[in-house]
Parts: sequence; C-alpha cells; structure tokens
Amino acid sequence: MISVRGLRKHYKVHKRPPGLKAALRSLVHRSYTTVKAVDGISFDIRPGERVGFLGPNGAGKTTTLKVLSGLLHPSEGEVTVDGHVPRLREEAFLKKIMLVMGQKQQLLWDLPPAETFELNRAIYDVPAAQYKQTMDELISLLDIGDLIGKPTRQLSLGERMKCELAAALIHRPRVLFLDEPTIGLDVSMQATMRTFIKDYNEKYGATLILTSHYMDDVAALCPRVIVIDKGLLSYDGSLDALVQRIRPEKRVVLRLSEQVDAARLAPLGGKVVTHEAGTAVLQVRQEAVNATISRALAGLPVTDLTVENAPLEEVMSELFAENKARREAAAHEAPASESVPA
Amino acid sequence: MSFRNTMRAMPTLLKVGFAEAVAYRAEMLIWVLSTTMPLVNMVLWMAVARNAPVGRFGQADFVGYFLATFAVRQLTSSWAAWLINWEVRQGTLSMRLLRPISPLWAYAAENIAGFPMRLIVAIPVTVLAVVLVGSKAVPQHAWQWAFFVLAVLGGWAISFLANVTIGALSFFLGSSQKVMEVWLVLYFVCSGYMYPVELLPAGLRTLINWLPFRYQIGLPVELMTGAHGWREALVLLGAQWAWVAVLGALTVAVWKQGVRRFAAFGG
Repeated sequence: MISVRGLRKHYKVHKRPPGLKAALRSLVHRSYTTVKAVDGISFDIRPGERVGFLGPNGAGKTTTLKVLSGLLHPSEGEVTVDGHVPRLREEAFLKKIMLVMGQKQQLLWDLPPAETFELNRAIYDVPAAQYKQTMDELISLLDIGDLIGKPTRQLSLGERMKCELAAALIHRPRVLFLDEPTIGLDVSMQATMRTFIKDYNEKYGATLILTSHYMDDVAALCPRVIVIDKGLLSYDGSLDALVQRIRPEKRVVLRLSEQVDAARLAPLGGKVVTHEAGTAVLQVRQEAVNATISRALAGLPVTDLTVENAPLEEVMSELFAENKARREAAAHEAPASESVPA
Repeated sequence: MSFRNTMRAMPTLLKVGFAEAVAYRAEMLIWVLSTTMPLVNMVLWMAVARNAPVGRFGQADFVGYFLATFAVRQLTSSWAAWLINWEVRQGTLSMRLLRPISPLWAYAAENIAGFPMRLIVAIPVTVLAVVLVGSKAVPQHAWQWAFFVLAVLGGWAISFLANVTIGALSFFLGSSQKVMEVWLVLYFVCSGYMYPVELLPAGLRTLINWLPFRYQIGLPVELMTGAHGWREALVLLGAQWAWVAVLGALTVAVWKQGVRRFAAFGG
C-alpha cells in the first residue's frame, strides 16, 4: 500500500545571529544552512495496517506524513501510496487519502460544520446515498448531531475535533494520516477519538498512520511503530518488541495495606522504582518476576498486585538517549578516522 | 480535478462562498467604505470643470464617470493575494491542497460568490448615477450592455489573476504583500480610477494601453458611460481578454512552481 525508499527532505534555511549588526549584514550577505528534516528513510506499510510514527519534536514525523500526503515534494527518494506518486497530487490519489492535523483545521471558521460537510461532498463527488449513509453513521458514532448546525468558532476544541474527523471521512479515505489528532483533548475525548479511529480502520480496512506525543494513543491504536529521530529511522517493528529491547524488565506494582520499611522491600529482588505510602513499584528481570511475587505475597501485607511493562514514555526517552549517544560517538570518531593517512 | 467535475462542484462552492460572504458582511461594508476614493475624486474634478469642460468632460460627465468607477470597483476587485500570503505563511494552504480541486478554483469561487453582496452596493450607486446624470450614465444599447458585462468579467479576471500571481510569489519571497502594494499604486495611477485615462497626454495613454491596469476598471467604466463606438470597444475588449489569457498562463505557471516550494509550515 505504502512504499518509501531512501526518502530525504532537506530545507535551505536562512540563518543569522540576533542583533542590529547581524540584521544589517544580512542585507548584503545572507548565509544559509541545510536542515535535514528527513534523511534517508525506507519502509513499507501493508493495506489495513495501523502504524504509529514516533519521535521527539523535530524528528521528521510530520514532514514524512506531509510527503506521503503530497503536500511536500521530497528532495530525494521514491514514495508511492496505493500506486500513486503523492507529489503529483492526482485526483484519484487525493480522493483516496486524508490528512487530519490536530493543529490545522479544514472546517470553515464562521460557518456551521454542516457547510464544510456539504462542500466536501461536492468536492469529493460523493454520491447522495453514500453521503447520507456516511453522515448518519458519523453523526451517530461521534455524537455530533447537536453540533453540526452551530458556527465552528462556537464549538469547544473537542467538539471541533470530532467534526474535523467527520469532515475528513465523508469520502471514506482508504489511507488516513493522523498528525496529533488528540492534541489538547481531555482524557475522555481522547478515548472517544481512539475508539472511533480503530473502528473506522476495522470496518473499512483503511490504512492508518498516526503521529502522537500521547503514548496511550499509540499503545491503543498501533501494533506497529516506526521511530524516527533526527530524520533517520531508528526502529521499525512491534511496540512489544521495542519495549522488550529497550526495557526488558517488568514493573511489579504492589499495593500495601500498611506502610512498610524500605528495608523490607530489598529482599524481594530487583530495583525499587518508587516507594510511597501504600504503594511500591519494583523493576524486576522478566525471569525473576515469579520469585519476586512469591516473596512479596509471603512477606508483605499485599492488597493488590500488577505486573506491567515499563511506561512507554520511559522506553522512548531511553531509545532517544541511546540514539543521541550513538550519534555523538559517531561524530567523535569521524575526525579521528579522517586523520588516518592513506 | 477534471474540469467537468470542478464545474459539477462549482454550485456548492458558490453556495458555501455566498454563506461566507454573508457571514463577513460587516467586514465587506467596511471595505466598501475604503473604496470611496472615486467620490472624493468626483467632487475634485467637478470643481475643476466648474467653469469649462476638461477635454470632453463637463461636471455631469465627471459625476457619471466616478459613480461608474465606484460601482465597477465593487464588481472587479479581488483580495486573493492577501489570503494566499496568509495561507502560505501559516501553512493553512495545506488543507486546500489536500482536496481534489485546485485551490485556484476555490479562490475564484469564493471571490465570485461575494458578487451578490457587492451588487447590493453597486446597483443603488448606478441608480443614483441615472438619477443625477440621466440615461447616458448607463449603456444605451443591448450591444453596449453585452460589451460592458464582458468588460466587467474581464476586469475581474485580470484583478483576480494578478492577485493570485502576486500571492503565489510568497512561495518564493516569504511574503509578497509589498509587491501587491506596488501593484495597487500602479493600478491607482494607470487604471482610470483617479481620473479618466483619456485626459492624460498621448504618450502616457499609449503606454497605459499596453499595461493591464486600464482593463481592470477604466475600460468597463468607459463602456458603461458610452465612451466608445462598437469597433473601438471590440478592439479594447480584445486587448483586455488578451491580458486575461497572458495572466492566466502566468498564474498557472507561477502557482505550479510555487507549490513545489511550499514548506507547509506549522502542525
């Protein structure tokens, strides 16, 4: 469905230091620097897959989505989406895809969302019967019946986002790019959006690529993740495998009926991550989990016990730290190797 | 989007565009106030012509000319350059580019959809001109009406295409608002907006005939006030629509090149 080979997107950016002197100098001499937003990534995505793009700010996730949706022309590399070259922005391609951006909107600001829906119906040439069926479905699933007649500007962020999603799905896109779709939403609205997106993927077999800084979005929606860092692909695989690779240890969370001394936790094995009133969290090697649980149940007033993976936020931070250390080591080695005589 | 599909979508685009124009009616009325310069010019030129006509223009002729100028400006203006500048700089153009219809058609539809609101101003001004000047304030024959309508469409097309071309320069320059301001200065000087072009010296008139500005507003006004016989009007209309064709080709070329450079900032 989606094939990306050696994708690069570089920008030439004007650069000058602050201050009047630098401003005057830039009148006659402008210096530029090349920003490597994406620097040679390759991957394939099968039809119907749900894939999460992860990475720190400025990693190149959104740039990649914009290239895939035809908004940006790649500097290098080959990209196809369902047989189309996105940068050509053919009509057939644009009718198959949609990019939903949490920080950009397509709803007409001063008109009710119903007007944008009608506009999209005409632009995407959606047959009347299909439009009615889709709208009935979207209105019911997203619970937006009372909203679509109010001016967009009068809707709350969550209400607006639900209408944005409805506007994006009127033509039933086969490929859905979601860039931070839950940004700024409260927890319950995030959950609503996740459920809806997952149902859409399952019902229509749509391929879905998601970027989000909310790890709960990724964990709930994406069996596969692609991690991009400084424009490079640093991981492509299942979320579980990523957690296993970075943090193979498990978290044993103990809820206790009374406060216990830290000394009583030591014999359980593993490392104490937190120990607060009534709760202790231990980090334990996977093979030692059973023994730790047995010892805890035997020696402590345990009222509840759970075994979890390390939080995804921590896993990602560790992965990014690893990548950074590797980059710095490579940069450190590069000058030395250059000085070796031929 | 194919031309056929675009035309099928056009009624909805116009309907939604009209709803937007209605929503922004207060803004539009304020804009109308900012276009009252012809009324000031009318008073000035009437004073100049108090004792003797200027060229063929007596006081009544100036009233007819400048009321026509005011009315025609309502129908031939475009603001696409400002909108494109904003959307390119903010990255909101992305949402238009994702749709299977050229943003150029969408901008055009939004402009055209505002016409009924603008007619609310233009028609009473035209009626006032007839009351003050008599029937010579409007075309006398069917062919003159037809030529006038064609000239208004051509004038709007030149304004719109120039706006889009200059707006699209923001893909290359970061912002092209100053370029638009330069265009507007030339428009005020060369279009017949401040004074009838025929009052200028012959050399300047020749130069102006080769530029697009006169065809934006001067020509429709001249045709409205019966300044030309049909042969001369036909030649001028030909020149006007030649400019439409040239600017149309230029607009498409600049837009296509510009979109390649679009950085889709934000989000």
